[in-house]
Amino acid sequence: MSALLEVQDLRVTFGGTAAVRGASMAVAKGETHCLVGESGCGKSVTSLAIMGLLARGGKREASALRFAGQEIGGFNEREMSRLRGDRMAMIFQEPMTSLNPAYTVGSQMTEVLRRHRGATRAQAVDRAAELLGRVGITAPGLRLGQFPHQLSGGLRQRVMIAMALMCDPELLIADEPTTALDVTVQAQILRLLAGLQRDLGLGILLITHDLGVVARIADRVSVMYAGEVVESAPTAELFGNPRHPYTRGLLACVPVPGKVKRGDRLGSIPGVVPRIPPGFAGCAFRDRCNHAHAACTGPIPRKQAGPGHEVLCTLDLAA
Amino acid sequence: MVRFLLRRFTVAILVALTVLTLSFLLTRLSGDLAISIAGPNATQQDVELIRQAYGLNRPLAQQYLDWLLRAVQGDFGESFFFKDRVANLIAHRLPITLTLGLVGLALALVVALPLGIIAAVREGSYVDRGVMLVALIGQAMPSFWLGLILMVVLGLNLGWLPISGTGGWEYYVMPGIVLSFSAIPSLMRLTRSGMIEALSSDYIRTARAKGLSRLSILVKHGFRNAAIPVVSIAAVQLGFMLGGSIVIETVFAMHGVGYLAWESISKNDFPVVQAVILVLALIYIALTLLADLLNAVLDPRLRTS
Repeated sequence: MSALLEVQDLRVTFGGTAAVRGASMAVAKGETHCLVGESGCGKSVTSLAIMGLLARGGKREASALRFAGQEIGGFNEREMSRLRGDRMAMIFQEPMTSLNPAYTVGSQMTEVLRRHRGATRAQAVDRAAELLGRVGITAPGLRLGQFPHQLSGGLRQRVMIAMALMCDPELLIADEPTTALDVTVQAQILRLLAGLQRDLGLGILLITHDLGVVARIADRVSVMYAGEVVESAPTAELFGNPRHPYTRGLLACVPVPGKVKRGDRLGSIPGVVPRIPPGFAGCAFRDRCNHAHAACTGPIPRKQAGPGHEVLCTLDLAA
Repeated sequence: MVRFLLRRFTVAILVALTVLTLSFLLTRLSGDLAISIAGPNATQQDVELIRQAYGLNRPLAQQYLDWLLRAVQGDFGESFFFKDRVANLIAHRLPITLTLGLVGLALALVVALPLGIIAAVREGSYVDRGVMLVALIGQAMPSFWLGLILMVVLGLNLGWLPISGTGGWEYYVMPGIVLSFSAIPSLMRLTRSGMIEALSSDYIRTARAKGLSRLSILVKHGFRNAAIPVVSIAAVQLGFMLGGSIVIETVFAMHGVGYLAWESISKNDFPVVQAVILVLALIYIALTLLADLLNAVLDPRLRTS
């Protein structure tokens, strides 16, 4: 199966700081690929780098960045802008501020279709209303005429999702789309994404730090740490047979009903994600790892730990 | 929205009344008007006659109420010096001052908005620093001095424009440039900072993620939000320009309201002085009200809450 999105050895630097250090991943058509890791590990930067939306001062390099078989790493802003919103779309973590306060929902949704497909106003309005209905918004006609400040956070995020779907994209990158929302709304949004994927067959790259979300909707999971993908596997394999000490640490932090009893201590990983200086060698996790040894300061091998299961570690931790 | 407008309108009327009262009191505080109107060679009898003729012997409160009632109806009395109705004088001269102010504001916006946007887009570059330096120089330059420099260069040396006087459009160019110079720095800085804030916002990232054109991102999504404070300041600046026209019109000998104010102050023609202050103040109040309205048009959060 040829991948919809293929990223090889992606590197992003801001000034002297390396935010992403050689991350590779692939998203197939119709697949949900989750990118997990704690705050500051480079998940959001990775997603923005793929979309070509890095903030000023961010530099991107990759040995390959292919979308639908086409190398897009060398695309300029104009070429990227033709892809963005049309064939690859993105939704963000901050529904409260991601919509322009000066324009109505309708105006902001329709401009995507008019820009990429040259649709008429009426066509675009129909499409926007249809999508608002699809993401579970009642009275789409009313909402189209409203301004963002008149909508709740959950509604705004639905609008963002509907807006991202205006041109029937092949790839949807969702950067923590549910983090800012309360739990009931979170569940609705996730169900919505899963349903849309089933119906439309779109590839989703979902950035999250919520392993509960991952378990529910991911086909494949990549665990990021300090700008590297340290482990990548199909979801069941990763949860059942985690090989990297960091992955194990993350999983131990999640209370599982039945497994973790009342009064048991939840796991935690001491310390925070370090800032990686240029020219750093070895495993970035070694200072927080219980299994660290001398080899961890040298080059770290990328190993196959099963079918489609890769791990970046010197150890051979058995299940 | 209706409540917002009603509140702004009430405040505007209160401010207008305050200005009315102050302009009355200030002219009365400047000394015995009868003596100054009569002139240095007048006898005690002449002064007394004038005092009676102009009703200056009545109690202050009565003078005030009388003037207020007539002013509200647009009757500002008669000028001592010009021997004409004050309302006529102002009606003749106001168009010149308003034209000058609008020319100045238009020039200021034409220069300040694009430069502010460019400086914001190229934040930290040499272009940005150059623009900010121009703003600094513009802010530091006294307008009467700039007026004289322009007269020497454009009027005398190059002979492109008339040096002074009132007439066709060519008479408005130099004073317009001078007036605009006083407004450009603040408008430019505000545009720049507003754009920098807008461009780093999440909704601009969304606009880019939607693949919109650069123009649409910068102007439709960026400037539209940056423009809200710029509109308020532009209205205030136009008010300053109308007030500042006292200096500019005197330098360029343009017979507008500013020049009229200068003439009547120097001749103690107090009905004219009072009326000019009031008219300029009313225009200023109207402009701030207009700015509030425009803000409500631009910012839906003001309109619908």
